[in-house]
Amino acid sequence: MLADQDRIFTNLYGLHDWRLAAARARGDWDGTKEILARGRDAIVEEMKASGLRGRGGAGFPTGLKWSFMPKQSDGRPAYLAVNADESEPGTCKDRDIIRNDPHKLIEGCLIACFAMGAGAAYIYIRGEFCNEARVLDAAIAEAYAAGLIGKNACGSGYDCDVFLHRGAGAYICGEETALLESLEGKKGMPRMKPPFPAAVGLYGCPTTVNNVESIAVAPTILRRGAAWFAGIGRKNNAGPKVFCISGHVNKPCNVEEELGIPLRELIEKHAGGVRGGWDNLLAVIPGGSSVPVLPKSICDEVLMDFDSLREVRSGLGTAAVIVMDKSTDIIRAIARLSQFYKHESCGQCTPCREGTGWMMRVMNRMVEGRAEPDEIDTLEQVTRQVEGHTICALGDAAAWPIQGLIRHFRPVMEARIAAYKQRGRLPSMPLAAE
Amino acid sequence: MADDNEVPPGQEAYQPANFAFDAESEAEIAVHLAKYPAGRQASAVIPLLYVVQKQMKRHTDSAWVPRAGMDAIAARLSMAPIRVYEVATFYLMFNLKPVGKWHLQVCTTTPCWLRGSDEVVRAVREFAAIEGFGETSADGAFTMTEVECLGACVNAPILQVNDDFYEDMDAARTRQLLEALRRGTPPKPGSMAGRQGSAPEGGPTVLTTLAFAPGT
Repeated sequence: MLADQDRIFTNLYGLHDWRLAAARARGDWDGTKEILARGRDAIVEEMKASGLRGRGGAGFPTGLKWSFMPKQSDGRPAYLAVNADESEPGTCKDRDIIRNDPHKLIEGCLIACFAMGAGAAYIYIRGEFCNEARVLDAAIAEAYAAGLIGKNACGSGYDCDVFLHRGAGAYICGEETALLESLEGKKGMPRMKPPFPAAVGLYGCPTTVNNVESIAVAPTILRRGAAWFAGIGRKNNAGPKVFCISGHVNKPCNVEEELGIPLRELIEKHAGGVRGGWDNLLAVIPGGSSVPVLPKSICDEVLMDFDSLREVRSGLGTAAVIVMDKSTDIIRAIARLSQFYKHESCGQCTPCREGTGWMMRVMNRMVEGRAEPDEIDTLEQVTRQVEGHTICALGDAAAWPIQGLIRHFRPVMEARIAAYKQRGRLPSMPLAAE
Repeated sequence: MADDNEVPPGQEAYQPANFAFDAESEAEIAVHLAKYPAGRQASAVIPLLYVVQKQMKRHTDSAWVPRAGMDAIAARLSMAPIRVYEVATFYLMFNLKPVGKWHLQVCTTTPCWLRGSDEVVRAVREFAAIEGFGETSADGAFTMTEVECLGACVNAPILQVNDDFYEDMDAARTRQLLEALRRGTPPKPGSMAGRQGSAPEGGPTVLTTLAFAPGT
């Protein structure tokens, strides 16, 4: 188990005050000027050496991402955009960072901006986090008043603004280019890449988009050193990480743990175990709604990190662990996610706009069993036609949960269809007619 | 297909003829506009839609964005009105028609559903005597909306009331909450089970060995 002294988010539960004086007592803003004095390249190298992989879902190395920003400005300003649009079902870690440890995020913004030559950070927070935004707004004001950000931030000679911008209820704005569109005052519709944001991002300027957690851990990494961070977790899966454990556990909670912790240990040690005991477990979605579900047989042994979960054809995603016990109608649980993706599709790409609705309608019939057994194959084929054929990853995210369901719970779907037929109810409907 | 007799959006009988920002709104607008570079004031469209919605709440006790408010934003930000309309209709949080004094936003996405959001929906429906989502109670006190994941899943199920999250809900807690709202005395937001934030019930299993300076 991760030792308390190796935890980054020491106020995860809000047991202490979030304000500046208390945050300083917990170590925030300690020696920030000296960190900046190491210089831009040294900071990026240290971040690379730490092995930090982005905490927003994709797991791209953060230091490497920072290194993509232009070293010399061509006259355009550069920006950092912090993705606080936390909306992936199951995920509620950034909320805790923002409301309980906001100064870690603000200090991280300054350091990241400096390391990338950016003059301003925009923190894009989901609209529903009204109270969290109030805390963050007040913390930003404290940081300005104390000279930590703004002109000559921390006495470093570097100017850096931090602005808070609220979204308004659109999951798609968590996609980095949709976030930038939204920040520019438009509908949140993803952009084609290339050009990548590091070349043409916010207002046509070089921009890096990072998750809240990725930015908020940076100051601690730079204070304690890359070796400390890299020494936690497993090779290529370094560091502590905030996990969110929801669903059918006795004590749902957030907890910061070491990457690579066994799923079973995570659930039993921190979340009070599966409701009714481990043997009552049916399945777990290990990394937020977008990643494929895992049956108990895999959950028995799997480790919670990027590579281990990829090996079992799922993913760490946002490390949001959704637990389902044997009372769960697994088809309905996944069908509800299909409804989610249908609702959140921005409508720009045809395979996603039409496909998410089609998949939802067929999934709703699968819940009843009002289908033919070979329609399971048709459904699987349609998910393959959506996956990889859209501008952004929302199409993939809509396809994967269904693929996971079919891969691991096909007999349940077939039994549901057989039971429906046996009851002699209405004949099945042709495909997904509305 | 649209009914021939359907009123075009933005011209319904409840739409006010005009909208003007009040002093409180003007002060907020100034704060928002200062965040964006010169010439990029369109970035403030979402913030200004919130300003309008909040002003309507102050003046009418119903948080919504009338079309005249969108037009006022378009004029202020030098945008074509259609650009404001398309943003207002794209994002879920802008109410395009009046809502009740207490806007009950029930999350029913899988993590909340696993923890009993159906029970919360049923309790709201019974208490407010409404049939389904999108409806407002006869006394205008409650509107129930189905929302997607609110991002507080370890405290599921969640019922968002106006700006506040009420967490760890069940049927009985929902009824108690709605009774308190009807009396005009909303309880403190957060866990209705008395949990400390996202810590497990009964208290944290970690962060128990750290001591910080007194008063922090």
